[in-house]
Parts: sequence; C-alpha cells; structure tokens
Amino acid sequence: MSAVTARRERLRGGSVLQGHMRGFTARAGITLLAITTVSIFLMPLVFMVATAFKDQSQLTAPGAPLYPAQPETFEYEGEQYPVFDVPDVDGTIRAWALIEAHREDSVFVDPANPDAGPITWVGRWRTLEQHWAFSLNTGNFANAWDTVNFPRLFFNTFAIAGLSTLFAVVSAICVAYGFSRFRFPGRNGLFVVMLATIILPFQVTLVPSYAVYLAFGWIGTWWPLIIPHAFANAYNVFLLRQYFLTIPRELDEAAMIDGAGPLRILRSIIVPQAIPAIVAVSLFHFFFAWNEYFLPLVYLQSEPDLQPLSVGLARFNALYSQEPTLIQAAAIMAMALPVVVFFLAQRAFMRGVVFGGVEK
Amino acid sequence: MAMTPHTTGSAALPIGAVPTRWGRLTSRESLTGLAFVAPFIIGFVVFSALPMIASLVLSFTDFDPRRADETRFIGLDNYARMLRDPVLLQSLWVTVRFALLVVPLTLGFALAVALLVNNTLLFGRSVFRTLFYMPMQIPIVASTIVWIGVLNAQNGWLNYGLGAVGIDGPNWLQSATWVGPSLALMGLWGIGNMMLIFLAGLQSVPTELYDAARVDGAGVWGRFRHVTLPMISPVLFYNLIIALIATFQYFTQAYVVSNGRGDPDRATLFFNLNLFREAFTFFNMGYASALAWLLFVIVLGLTIVLFRTAGSWVFEGSER
Repeated sequence: MSAVTARRERLRGGSVLQGHMRGFTARAGITLLAITTVSIFLMPLVFMVATAFKDQSQLTAPGAPLYPAQPETFEYEGEQYPVFDVPDVDGTIRAWALIEAHREDSVFVDPANPDAGPITWVGRWRTLEQHWAFSLNTGNFANAWDTVNFPRLFFNTFAIAGLSTLFAVVSAICVAYGFSRFRFPGRNGLFVVMLATIILPFQVTLVPSYAVYLAFGWIGTWWPLIIPHAFANAYNVFLLRQYFLTIPRELDEAAMIDGAGPLRILRSIIVPQAIPAIVAVSLFHFFFAWNEYFLPLVYLQSEPDLQPLSVGLARFNALYSQEPTLIQAAAIMAMALPVVVFFLAQRAFMRGVVFGGVEK
Repeated sequence: MAMTPHTTGSAALPIGAVPTRWGRLTSRESLTGLAFVAPFIIGFVVFSALPMIASLVLSFTDFDPRRADETRFIGLDNYARMLRDPVLLQSLWVTVRFALLVVPLTLGFALAVALLVNNTLLFGRSVFRTLFYMPMQIPIVASTIVWIGVLNAQNGWLNYGLGAVGIDGPNWLQSATWVGPSLALMGLWGIGNMMLIFLAGLQSVPTELYDAARVDGAGVWGRFRHVTLPMISPVLFYNLIIALIATFQYFTQAYVVSNGRGDPDRATLFFNLNLFREAFTFFNMGYASALAWLLFVIVLGLTIVLFRTAGSWVFEGSER
C-alpha cells in the first residue's frame, strides 16, 4: 500500500483522532507480525550461537536449559558441592548445595546465606535436578580453529575468491563496455547467446572440462577455479552493461573530441561513473566464489591443503558429526566475514540484486 | 529483454563509405568493439561451446579418465541405460517431488515476506528487509550445518519446540519421509533474492490502480487478486523459472546432509548428486555426460513450456 492510499484510508475513518489511533494500531500490529516472523526465521542463528558456546555434555544432560550453562557448584568450607533445585517446605524452588547425601534425607546449605548453617531436607536427593548457571564455553572456537585448520582454509578461500573476482570484474568491465558502446555486426545475437549461457547447466561442460584439466595436470590445483573467470560471465556483464547504458554518452564524446582513445574513455569516464555497479558486481562475485562448493569439491577432492572453507567445513562436519558444539562454532567462524561485510555493504547488495534481477 | 539500439560512433565511418558487410566488420569501431568483447567470445568457445560438443560426443562413449586410451564408442547405450537405471529414475522422482514442494513454498513465502516488508504501515522496513535477506549471505555449507543442528532429533530446537506443544517430532534428516520437507524448510532461508525481486515488482505497481480498485469496492484480497498479482506476474514468472532451474541443479545441501551418499534410502539422491556420483565416485564419465545432457534438455524444455504458457497468465504492459 502506498503512502497516499494509506493517508486516504486514514482520512476516511471518521475524526482525525480516531483515524490516527486506528493507524497506530495497524502499524503496531503489522510491526509485531514482522518481528514475530523474523524472530522465527532467524531462530536457527540463535540456536547456532547458543550451541557453539555450550559444553558438549550439556547437549545430552536431562533438564539442561537452552542457553549455554554449567551445573553450578558451591564452595563450602573448602570443598566444592553440587547445587540442586530443591523444593522448600512452602513449595518454592531454592538453589541449595548438597553437602551430605543420604537416601531419604540430605543436608544442604544455602549458597546465598551460608552462615545460616546446614539445612536438613527430607526427600530423595536423587529425584532433584541440578541447578544450571549461565556460563559461556569459548573453548569450542579455539578447538575448532585448530582442528579444521582455519588459517589455511581462510587463506585458500581468500586467494581463490580474490583472484577469481579480480579476473571476473576486469573482464566483465571490458565486455560490458564493448556491448554498450560499440556497434559491430552480430552484436545483438552475441548478446543473446551470452544471456542464454545463464540457463546452460554447468554440468553439461563439466566432464570435458575435467578431462582437459586432467590432461593439463590442473586437477588438484586452483587453476580450474580461477582461469575460466577471466573470460567474463553473463550475470556480471549484464549488470554492468545495463549500468553503462545509463551513463550519458555526451561524456564519452567530449573525451573523444579531446583525443581520448577507447581504453582511456573506459578508464577515466566509464569506470569512475560506474563505481556503484562495479562494487556490487565485485561483492556478488567475491561471495559467490567464497561460498562455491561444487567445483572446488570436484577439482580439489584429493588436496585437503588447497581446499577452500566450504569444502573444508563440509569435510569437518562429516568427521565430527557427534560433536555439534564444535561444528556450530566452526560454522560461526565460516559465516562471520560474509555476514559482517553484508551488513556494512547492504545497500550495494540490495541495489545489485534488484538492478540485475528484474530487467532480465 | 529490451535491446537499445543506438547510433553512437557512426562518426567513425567516413561519410559516404559503402557499408558492405565486410566493410562494417572491419571498420575501426567494429574492431574496437570486438576487441573488448573478445574475452567473452574466447571464453564462450573454449569453456562453453567446445565442451558442450565434446560432452555430446562423450555421451556416446564409455569414457573413463583413468583408462582414457580404452575409450570406445558405444552408440546410444548410455541413453538406453537411463531407461532401466532404477537409481536414475529414483533421482528424477526425488528431484521432481522436491520441486513440487519447494517451488510453490518458497515463491509463496518470498511473496508474503515481500508484501510484509513493502507495507508502508511497517516501522523500520529497511531493517526487516536486511534481516530477511541476511541468510542468503551465509555460506551454504555453514547454513546447512546450522539446520542439521536445528533439525537434530535429540537436541535440536525444532523438536524441542514441537515437544512444547505436545507433538513428538520425527527424526527429520534420518527419515526418508521427512528429509524432503526438512530440505524444503531449509530452502526458506534462501528467499532473499526472490523477495527483493518481488519487492521491486511491487514498487512498480502504479498506486492509481489501487485507488481505482478501491473506488470499485475491492477489499484487501480483491486488490491483491486483481491488481497486485497481475501486475507482478512478470517478476513471478522470472522467479518461477529461476527457482525451477535451481531445483534441478540442487546439490550442496543434499551432499552435506547425506555426506555425499544420498541417504537415507536414496531420499536425498537428487539428480545432480547422482550425476556427481556417476562422474566422480564411479568415474562413469560417458554416462555422466549423457545425464548432463538429459538435465540440459529437461531445463530447456521446462523453460520453453513456461514461456509458451506465459502468454495466458503473465501480464504484459504496453511498455514492456
């Protein structure tokens, strides 16, 4: 609903005050709906963070809370005693430390008031539940960092994604410039062919490419993941071309009259004008390469030391499936960079998606 | 696809020059343009066209890279084998069943979220847009790992939540019945791009249409049904095609969930996972090439059928 129609809606509803109240209720209702939906939607992230900070033993312990916690203990007269949730005579639950355990009655002490001395409680202590206190276990992160060899995986991912983005963006700028500023026979046909490659499943070219890389000795190296990107990809070219078309041609012509050649015009007129689109394309491509799984899996299956984060993380997941706390900690570390960059550069992302997507 | 013809640079042709085809091709402007487009042309030939032909040729052989010298032409054997390959038929069924579930589900959810975050009554719309888009930015392997945790039968939060309302949740990822719905649920995290494209579509609907519908007495549903839906049908169509193609290429989530085996009971053996296994686990690369061509034909066929039917339900404004 647009702002105009919303205002009309409000004006029609009787007195101004009444309309105002109704508008506010509607706004609060919609906002509440959105908050509820987004909370459920992002709940898995809360789960991940909570699990990553838990001790492995908490996952299987009965009665353990959902947040990271440890069974509480209390030091009394130089000894550590476990704390239990004990129903007091009036029915309230109290966190008391068990200092002397017997079958039918036991001796507790109140950690909040130890000077009051031991309290004898009648009942079976084995039926009591342990008292959990909030506690963050940060060891999972250090443990996962070493086990997965994150420094190695990060370096590999940065190198592969960085090089492939550099090649992809430079080649896409050249090709988009060619398509947007020059007339040559067959240009429109060529452009349609390029767009058609979007629906060409990469599996169709997979086996022959694999055979050729095998012949080159490139299997088990980064080359198959980098070199093909130096030849422009349809998504990037399309987005940049659409943007280049919006740059006034008078700017090129003025530069041409001043004697600038095509490369000079590209460098000093087009590229500076198209920075937002170039940033969007670079971000998209970098994170596409960062997240890519299938091709690194195919080409680096036998080389764990050269694998990027995605492949290394999946391998780790298969090996340590019995230790969810470690795995969730590793997942947090793997997603930290893309998510932080996303929040910093969200405008560029959103604009890029809409700009590139709708026109197609 | 709007192509914008333009006339710049025609000054580079000397006035009165005869524009023969060869003349046009070798003119300065053409050569410069071709030089800039060359990376695409070379890349297309080397990384798309030639491999496509090679892949078609390989699909008629029993190519195995470990004994490439012994490769023989076996005619249509690979294609004949498809007809009696129960694993392939199973993988097709898994993929089609999943598409029927996940495509309407994600399209509907993405549209609902887009309507929500496009509502002018909502406070902080851009914050909500960002939050709904955010999971897109999480590496797929990492987000799959998060969901494996959430769906864990013993300590995952989904069954915990279901237990709180008295439902005994299934063992999601280990059950052949429930693993499909589980993956569809995960798919809801990937609505970001769809949502933004719907959003752009919603924002291009002229507000006068809503006013006119209101004058005609249309309620909220009437306005959605008779104004919004027809006006955004082009973006709905675009999202539908992209979603269908993506489903036939579905791989990473299925691979991570089943450690590459398609467990349980081949219920996650999607078409693409089966292809990967034929090519890189069993090295039946001739057969894998044939499977890749089958995939291509399916995707192309779906796209063509959808474009054919588009005329009857996709609204084309006079401008488009």
